[in-house]
Amino acid sequence: MMTSPISIKTPPTNTTPLDKRSRQFRIQMVKMLEAARRGHMASAFSLVEIIRVLYDDILRYDPKDPHWISRDRCILSKGHGALALYVLLAEKGFFPEAELWHYCKENGILGGHPEYGKVPGVEASTGSLGHGLSIGIGFALNARYLKSDHRTFVIVGDGECNEGAIWEAALAASKHKLSNLTVIVDHNKQQSYATTYEVLDLEPFAAKWRAFGFSVREADGHNVEELRGVLAKVPFDSSKPSVLICHTIKGKGVSFMENNLEWHHKNYPTASEIKALIAELERE
Amino acid sequence: MRKTCLDMVYEIARKDDRVVFIGSDLGVATLNQFKEEMPDRFFMEGISEANVIGMAAGLALEGRIVYVNTIASFLTRRCFEQVALDLCLHNLNVRLIGNGGGLVYAPLGPTHEAIEDIAIFRALPGMTIIAPADADEMCRVIPLTVDYPGPVYIRLGKGGDPIVTNDLLPFVIGKGMIMHEGDDALVVTTGIMLKTALDSARILATENINVTVLHMPTIKPLDKACVLEFTARIPVIVTLEEHTIIGGLGSAVMEIIGEANFTEPKRCKRLGIPDVFPDKYGSQAGLLAYYKLTANDLTKTIKQLRSL
Repeated sequence: MMTSPISIKTPPTNTTPLDKRSRQFRIQMVKMLEAARRGHMASAFSLVEIIRVLYDDILRYDPKDPHWISRDRCILSKGHGALALYVLLAEKGFFPEAELWHYCKENGILGGHPEYGKVPGVEASTGSLGHGLSIGIGFALNARYLKSDHRTFVIVGDGECNEGAIWEAALAASKHKLSNLTVIVDHNKQQSYATTYEVLDLEPFAAKWRAFGFSVREADGHNVEELRGVLAKVPFDSSKPSVLICHTIKGKGVSFMENNLEWHHKNYPTASEIKALIAELERE
Repeated sequence: MRKTCLDMVYEIARKDDRVVFIGSDLGVATLNQFKEEMPDRFFMEGISEANVIGMAAGLALEGRIVYVNTIASFLTRRCFEQVALDLCLHNLNVRLIGNGGGLVYAPLGPTHEAIEDIAIFRALPGMTIIAPADADEMCRVIPLTVDYPGPVYIRLGKGGDPIVTNDLLPFVIGKGMIMHEGDDALVVTTGIMLKTALDSARILATENINVTVLHMPTIKPLDKACVLEFTARIPVIVTLEEHTIIGGLGSAVMEIIGEANFTEPKRCKRLGIPDVFPDKYGSQAGLLAYYKLTANDLTKTIKQLRSL
């Protein structure tokens, strides 16, 4: 188990190799962005394994009945990571894969941020940061009221944890002892302008969540086996909400995108950049 | 009005287990009976409006009908984005009950006065805005909100406001009510200012000036047909509201008139709070007088417009 560093002045590293499936998801995302000329690719790249493991192994759902009452709820609160969510939802059959090629287009249902009511499998519209956790608390409280064993997962970004609303929600989740609620933090340590340490330092991050009443675990957010193992154990404490801090790399999988802030808002990669991205992702 | 409102929420919650209540940090013992009888549907969540609205959204997405209560200025200003995105974008059945609409919190100053709450929420797609005139009307409103689709903002008065409505006119969300009739001038009003409008109409009646008073408890969606019916034939039109003149009822009525292309000229005036943060304390009544929002001020305005 990794531990959270006290502070990082140098970029984080992660040498976990990506298997073919993880690389294929990323290639699909590159092609979607190439067609749409819009999207947060690097932020989505840091999320792929988290979402993959959730939808492969952890969440209970039926893509043919996305409103099934007993499904586990999953909110991508860092809505700008939508590309990663879309490729998984398409693969699982929530909507036809052809829809991916209408991403950000007038005739499509997949926007730059996921929208409830448009995209089957999306539980809440997100995009403006700091909203998803409170909505997830509403879900979790209702599950408790119904005495249902379905669970709620909320994926937040570390930059998103700049928002005060996240910490209001953290207080509330803890107050209600929502053991049926799990927060997953995509802790890639980069935000738009600079590192999280420089923009608004979150450290000591794990200790903060612990102090707010969560049961905390940390994991390598690109290690599928490790994620599978730790997420299978939620709740980490039967009387507390859980948080899994996933150490990730923004742009994971492409050497020249990893930890490169220029890629946060890069909407117009050149043809040669696209070629280089795909070439690197296709390499075994 | 507030007590009546919360009592009604308790009553509907007893009958309908979809109903949930969330308060922020309300006065001690608020809705104690609700809490005792239905503890799993009663939440007091602290001074955390953003989280309260998000929570309400999550519960409403799951099919609950959520009544949220806190001070109106906090509901409209502090958590505007949560109201816009979590409630309105998702079109959820959450009812926001705002204490102290208008100048009720005059002694507490501009941090607590809700004088632009209607303007703020009018701009949100799907939001319904209701400002009842008195506690009796509140009793008629709350049961209607249970199955009304989408988010609703309910603006509360001070409490103990004089009763000026009756149940002869059925309350329909989205419909205006004719409270006094006459063809010499039209007053369009909402909330507790209805009493001021009716007082003025009675004063003017003694001088043989006959005024129609339209009560618009629903400011959004505004009853456009009703506004057009009366503005088409009455030449003098005054709007009266306990709200900034920017973006509230007066603006909404003038937007309708502006696009009606009447051939006859109209003489119009919006009476409301000017574009300032109130700079005095005192009482609600005192500030209403300070901003010339009394029956005598309205009477004077109508006479002036008629003499033009």
